[in-house]
Amino acid sequence: MQEKLNNIKDEALKAIGLADAPEKLNDVRVKYLGKKGELTAVLKSMKDVAPEDRPKVGQMVNEAREAIEKVLEESKAKMERALRERQMKKEVIDVTLPSKKNMVGHRHPNTIALEEVERIFVGMGYEVVEGPEVEYDLYNFEKLNIPDGHPAKDEQDTFYVNKEIVLRTQTSPVQARVMEQGKLPIRMIAPGRVFRSDEVDATHSPSFHQIEGLVIDKNISFSDLKGTLEVFAKELFGPETKTKFRPHHFPFTEPSAEVDVTCFKCGGKGCRFCKGSGWIEILGCGMVHPHVLEMCGIDPNEYTGFAFGAGLERIALLKYEIDDMRLLYENDIRFLKQF
Amino acid sequence: MNTSLSWIKAYVPDLDVTAQEYADAMTLSGTKVEGYEKLDADLDKIVVGQIDKIEKHPDADKLIICQVNVGTETVQIVTGAPNVREGDKVPVVLDGGRVAGGHEPGERVEGGIRIKKGKLRGVDSFGMMCSIEELGSNRDMYPEAPEYGIYIFPEDTEVGVDAVEVLGLHDVVFEYEVTSNRVDCFSVVGVAREAAATFGKEFHPPVVTETGNNEDVNDYIKVTVEDSGLCPRYCARVVKNIKVGPSPKWMQRRLASVGIRPINNLVDITNYVMEEYGQPMHAYDLETIAGNEIIVRRAAADEKFVTLDGQERQMDASVLMICDGEKSVGIAGIMGGENSMITDDVKTMLFEAACFDGTNIRKSSKKVGLRTDASGKFEKGLDPNNAQAAIDRACQLVEELGAGEVVGGMVDVYGKKKEPVRIPFDAEAINTLLGTDISKEEMLGYFTAIGLSYDEVTNEVIAPTFRHDLFRLADLAEEAARFYGYDNIPTTLPRGEATTGKLSFKLRVEEIARNIAEFCGFSQGMTYSFESPKVFDKLLLPEDSLLRHAVEIMNPLGEDYSIMRTTSLNGMLTSLATNYNRRNKNVRLYELGNIYLPKALPLTELPEERMQFTLGMYGDGDFFSMKGVVEEFFEKVGMHKKETYDPNAGKPYLHPGRQANIIYEGIVVGYLGEVHPDVADTYGIGTKAYVAVIDMPEIVKRTTFDRKYTGIAKFPAVTRDISMVMPKEILAGQVEEVIEKKGGSYLESYALFDIYEGAQIKEGYKSVAYSIVFRAKDKTLEDAEVTTAMDQILGALESMGIELRK
Repeated sequence: MQEKLNNIKDEALKAIGLADAPEKLNDVRVKYLGKKGELTAVLKSMKDVAPEDRPKVGQMVNEAREAIEKVLEESKAKMERALRERQMKKEVIDVTLPSKKNMVGHRHPNTIALEEVERIFVGMGYEVVEGPEVEYDLYNFEKLNIPDGHPAKDEQDTFYVNKEIVLRTQTSPVQARVMEQGKLPIRMIAPGRVFRSDEVDATHSPSFHQIEGLVIDKNISFSDLKGTLEVFAKELFGPETKTKFRPHHFPFTEPSAEVDVTCFKCGGKGCRFCKGSGWIEILGCGMVHPHVLEMCGIDPNEYTGFAFGAGLERIALLKYEIDDMRLLYENDIRFLKQF
Repeated sequence: MNTSLSWIKAYVPDLDVTAQEYADAMTLSGTKVEGYEKLDADLDKIVVGQIDKIEKHPDADKLIICQVNVGTETVQIVTGAPNVREGDKVPVVLDGGRVAGGHEPGERVEGGIRIKKGKLRGVDSFGMMCSIEELGSNRDMYPEAPEYGIYIFPEDTEVGVDAVEVLGLHDVVFEYEVTSNRVDCFSVVGVAREAAATFGKEFHPPVVTETGNNEDVNDYIKVTVEDSGLCPRYCARVVKNIKVGPSPKWMQRRLASVGIRPINNLVDITNYVMEEYGQPMHAYDLETIAGNEIIVRRAAADEKFVTLDGQERQMDASVLMICDGEKSVGIAGIMGGENSMITDDVKTMLFEAACFDGTNIRKSSKKVGLRTDASGKFEKGLDPNNAQAAIDRACQLVEELGAGEVVGGMVDVYGKKKEPVRIPFDAEAINTLLGTDISKEEMLGYFTAIGLSYDEVTNEVIAPTFRHDLFRLADLAEEAARFYGYDNIPTTLPRGEATTGKLSFKLRVEEIARNIAEFCGFSQGMTYSFESPKVFDKLLLPEDSLLRHAVEIMNPLGEDYSIMRTTSLNGMLTSLATNYNRRNKNVRLYELGNIYLPKALPLTELPEERMQFTLGMYGDGDFFSMKGVVEEFFEKVGMHKKETYDPNAGKPYLHPGRQANIIYEGIVVGYLGEVHPDVADTYGIGTKAYVAVIDMPEIVKRTTFDRKYTGIAKFPAVTRDISMVMPKEILAGQVEEVIEKKGGSYLESYALFDIYEGAQIKEGYKSVAYSIVFRAKDKTLEDAEVTTAMDQILGALESMGIELRK
């Protein structure tokens, strides 16, 4: 019996060795291990074996089956590996062929710049709010310490709808609106569209965007304003950026300042970009004028605050080195796709 | 505002700085220097030479050979200049030197022109004699220079000295940006005061001495101000025995340095004082003043008036006029009249230094259409107390220059005198506001340097009347900060109660709109909020369309920007057209921008501003691609109910058979469609274009960020396909409505998988096929349950006249 089993095993292993395709391996399996296979036949013939020998014979058959199966599996795995190798060799592609792109849209550079600014201030606890674009003269001027006849009213070249209603010339009216609501403290920025009667050219547009900032709390000082805008400038233009505060005048802040940052193109050495000065003006700011606080119902003896305003287009043009403002409103897809 | 450095130094003699140092420091203390020009930047090796001898050039008729004594030697120079004679003293640029420009006025060369020795028609020439243009200036500034030819110095000029020095060109001219609150800095004295304080030097303003003979000006002129509101002060003095002549070189140079052309001593004195004190003055020929009186009053309603430039101008009753006993002689603060102007044979002159209401001057100047140096100064609102200082200074100069005999006294009509403002001083409060620790003494030091004084008894700082911008402590804080240095103020961050940084809900929804649009291939555009009323016709809007009710701008830049848009479509179509014109393929754009809907016209309250999410495209894709974007968006903002589409949207600018209102919960929340071919033609879009406009307020209202997980189906789905033939008019939407209504609780989803018209289908009919999926959450569905649901659907469809294909 042992011999018979050995013969079957040897034959089977030989057949496995000869098989050159998975199907042939399968034939071997059927022939030797299948229901009608030779090994199975041996098991079936157990009835002829003495009962006391049966366990031993059974064990021998199982050993033979396991041996065959093991080799079968190994051969099969080897064969499949070889097949896959061959298949993959056939599937080699030229990875330098052009990609298949999904059509994905692009965000307007103004919005990208705005989102940068919003990210910075939201991180510092500022709420982003909005106000009307068609605005009362009262909020656009009067509550900002710009009474009738004030030269600033003329300088800004306002579009009027009627005596009381204007297209807002700045985002600052949102300051007055938020202060009036009386919820203190205030930390807010207000981005939005503003309008001034400027003819369209490379650096002017009758419609553009500003971002206003306002903080009102107890003990807010000019040094807080400086610190805040320094953080802002470093975040927006890079950690090496330095800021310079120059005295200036705005009717609704006192003291007031204009802020320059070191030219991000030349780092402050002076280049064509910054007209040789090494500095680029980016925003106006100041301590909220006590009279403005009073007009909005806030006691200037208890609360102080600062405000700032920057032109969004200016930031976008500078940051992305766009040389003509008109590009921002033409919506040529070849322009927009660059952002 | 411009000043030369030398003029500033006249009042701050210890000032010793380079142009750059000056510009930087002044800017940091609040007098912003926009730029400066070194007048001698391109002038090199130029000396005063004297022509000893002139000979004809042997080979050129138009050239002469000059032997020129330049002090250290005599050089030979060949020139073509027609005006030089032996003995003339001229500017000579020596071999290797530089001049600023060519012969012609305004012809300046960046970096200058280097002059080298050379040969002219075979004759050696060792330099060049210069015209005033070659020296970088012009005859406006040096009226004595000849029209063509070499500049000739006065006979007493020393030979061999620096010619640039003699011409007063070793100077720097600064241009300042003066803010509107600092009227005092629109004067050289004002800027010099700031410079002295900035650099910590002594300030020496002009010392005005008493002038005038022992006559009384009141015997010459009487002044009446009828409208003291518009003319708070009027000062008048008289000068007789006038000798008109050129003003001295020092005065000419100072005027020229700030761009004012020297004319004669009288004109130059008024201009000089205007620059020096910031107070415009006017001079009348007293003999033309009828009745020896001046009356300041408003113009007659239709008055016409000829100004001294010879132009006739139209006045109205708001314009303030200077009149004599019979007629108008000047527009107050703007320009004098032709009828009273000073001529070369003037004998007696009336000087006027007045103060007019700034706003009125600004408005009048606009009305009359005439903006002058004087009106530009008056409209800022001048200090009435400066008027007297200025007129006295002018009379002092008249005497010093020997231009005439000043009559004693001044006529002064001055209503309510302007007094200095007293501001309670609190150094600690200033430090708190600034976040600094500046001592009281230091602050008072800054204040004194700029002409403020301190009353120790009342602890008040007194602001002189020329500082009309100082009223309260915050103003003083700025003065302290300016001279302490903004740069020296520490940097801190606000402390106090923490606040939550966030976007408003509306802005969050807009951010989702942007994301979805961009995922779907749309790029963000921006267009103007104002447009032309012609847009309505371009969009084929009927005459009675509500969209034609737009907010109008009173003073638009032109008709094209005259109304606030009531639809966002024009901007989008214009942008698509721009791209189409430029041959850009497959363009997809979106915009998030407001439309402005008036509640009533004319406007009594603010219009409603509605944010519109506008999508537009041409190229790849069609109506249904656009519809897909809309639905992706709704899905993302949590609008999970089924939106429906009403083809009867009634949009005249869209293809009548390819448009739909987008309806959600029974409300129109937007529309989409193919652009009407006529409209596309009008805009110049030569292909099919599609738009969708979503009314964002309706979306924001329905947006929710709440999401609940519903479990992933465990039991198998049963799918049944149905195929139908139906009249073309029946919409897929109607079929879907039936499926939804009748599908029962096991209905999971359905999808259209085939639609066909044409051969094999009878005319006017279409074949439509749907795949309908049923699933139960808790069990495997029995066939019978699905069949029951299907029978409901099929029955309802058949009752609509839909034929089922088995």
